[in-house]
Amino acid sequence: MNDPLDPRPEELKQRVWESIQRDELPPRDDRGRMRIVMNNLVLHLHPSKVAKPTLKFTYTWGLGGLALLLVVLLTVTGVMLMFVYTPSPETAYQDMLALQTDIWFGQLIRNLHHWSGNLLVIVAFLHLLRVFFTGGFRAPREFNWVLGIALLLLVVGANFTGYLLPWDQLAYWAVTVGSSLLSYLPLIGEGLRSFLLGGPEVGATTLTNFYGLHVAIIPLALMGIVSFHIWRVRKDTLTIPHKLDGSVDGAEGGQVEKVTTLPHLVSREFVFALVMTGAILLWSVWVNAPLEAAANPDHSPNPAKAAWYFMGLQELLLHFHPVFGAIIIPALGLGALAVLPYQRFDLSAEGVWFRSRKGRQMALVGMVAALVAVPLLVLLDEYALDIPALLPSLPTIISNGWIPLAALLLLLIAYYDGIKRLFKASACETRLSVFVLLVTAFIVLTVIGVMFRGEGMALVLPWEVL
Amino acid sequence: MAETTKLVNRRDFLKIAWGAAGALALIETGGVALSFFSPRVAEGEFGGMIEAGAVDSFPIGSVTPFTQGRFYLVRLPDGGFLALYRKCTHLGCAVPWNPAEGRFVCPCHASAFEMDGEVINPPAPRPLDRFAVTISAGVVLVDTSAPIQRDRASDADLVYAEAVS
Repeated sequence: MNDPLDPRPEELKQRVWESIQRDELPPRDDRGRMRIVMNNLVLHLHPSKVAKPTLKFTYTWGLGGLALLLVVLLTVTGVMLMFVYTPSPETAYQDMLALQTDIWFGQLIRNLHHWSGNLLVIVAFLHLLRVFFTGGFRAPREFNWVLGIALLLLVVGANFTGYLLPWDQLAYWAVTVGSSLLSYLPLIGEGLRSFLLGGPEVGATTLTNFYGLHVAIIPLALMGIVSFHIWRVRKDTLTIPHKLDGSVDGAEGGQVEKVTTLPHLVSREFVFALVMTGAILLWSVWVNAPLEAAANPDHSPNPAKAAWYFMGLQELLLHFHPVFGAIIIPALGLGALAVLPYQRFDLSAEGVWFRSRKGRQMALVGMVAALVAVPLLVLLDEYALDIPALLPSLPTIISNGWIPLAALLLLLIAYYDGIKRLFKASACETRLSVFVLLVTAFIVLTVIGVMFRGEGMALVLPWEVL
Repeated sequence: MAETTKLVNRRDFLKIAWGAAGALALIETGGVALSFFSPRVAEGEFGGMIEAGAVDSFPIGSVTPFTQGRFYLVRLPDGGFLALYRKCTHLGCAVPWNPAEGRFVCPCHASAFEMDGEVINPPAPRPLDRFAVTISAGVVLVDTSAPIQRDRASDADLVYAEAVS
């Protein structure tokens, strides 16, 4: 009966369970908790122990985790949408209407996908700002910052390719305008654009191409790089938050306390994920994703605007020659962003919000400078200053490109030099101020484009914008 | 021992050979992908040669839209014909003809063009592209397979009907 080689039924049940869950549940002590994190595929994204001060919510704002949550939500809702959507000009818009009228919860699933996608652009951008402002990119984390920029571009790419799929007027013309930006790339631009669109204009092939990019190529690339990004964070750990006086924020004494990831970090993440999922769900119940009339290649709406996250670029295009607005200035900005972590960094500024007290003041100055200067420059260019008319003999690429860009760069250098002297600040703090200035400028341009541009792209007050 | 007069030693040679083979494989794979995904351009986009109609059906100083062919057939005040591609040279919006103002005005970024396609108002960097027009036996034909870019609108772009007998 009690043959040790022939276990009884209840022992078999026990063995099957243990073959699935190897560690004791619930864990008995910290060793058990750490082992669970180590042996669990998902939890293994985390180290088994984390520094207690880094758990503070107002240090990370949970932005990286929120981005990951949104990617999961987008994957689930996106795969659901794939079952009710055919990427063809004949059917795409009908499928969108069916989502609103025929399919149970069709509108809700589309809303969830739409709003999560838009929120992801914002969250990824805020995550970038957070890492910069707390100095979370210093050695050895430089390359992870660069990967983060790649991820931000992929997120924007995913958003842009998804923008076309509803095949309404909004989609058609935003993609027409957005893809035309590419054609200003010297030499390869026109070829690249027609390769992407699958022809000279946005059409059936464009829809197929964008669908493939949106549901397969970009998500695969995104998941590959995200895995690498998170793995690097796990290897390098988070920067410890510090107060202005250099003491560790949230820790007593000199020693930084370490706590087990389970439950301290995991429980926080779980609650945050639940709250955010609830918030997005509520929002999606009440606010519908826009759907305009079916795409009509014969009629551009007025105004025809790009997707909101490209409105800053579109605003630049109104002031610069297209090669500058669409290619040179964005490339300069991205290049500067990518080399940021390789600049010298004050060690005392590590983990301190805005580097130092001086840094905080200088960040404020940068923000105010942009808030004042950008609207003034926009108004100046719109109503008063017309360089191409003043210099009619020069090609517009010089009068509306090289000249204003050089002027702006000189202003920026003067700002850098002036504020560095004024505050007797380090290069690290001054760079922060310039960064804040440029980021604010970009946000102001986006707001002007979204809220202050009406019919014929004329400057109007927000309530006059269609 | 024999003096080494070799240009590269065996180790370097193998490294270079592996590198070259790898690069070649990458180029080949890239070429396959590029050709696979490249647009399948049908001969005569938008319907190739379009028969617009009899010369006399277009009054002097008129602009007639051809939706299928995506162009405007313009007959300028001097009687010359011009086929203008409706795509804005700035960012690709469809430019409508504004008969009240007598010019093309793009709804996207307010570029404006003369009747002959010349830029009146930037940001458009060049005049509207044109399609080749031929007049054969009193009928206007427009070849819509390839838009022709130009830096300046010119009278040389115009095509005239032969004197009607």
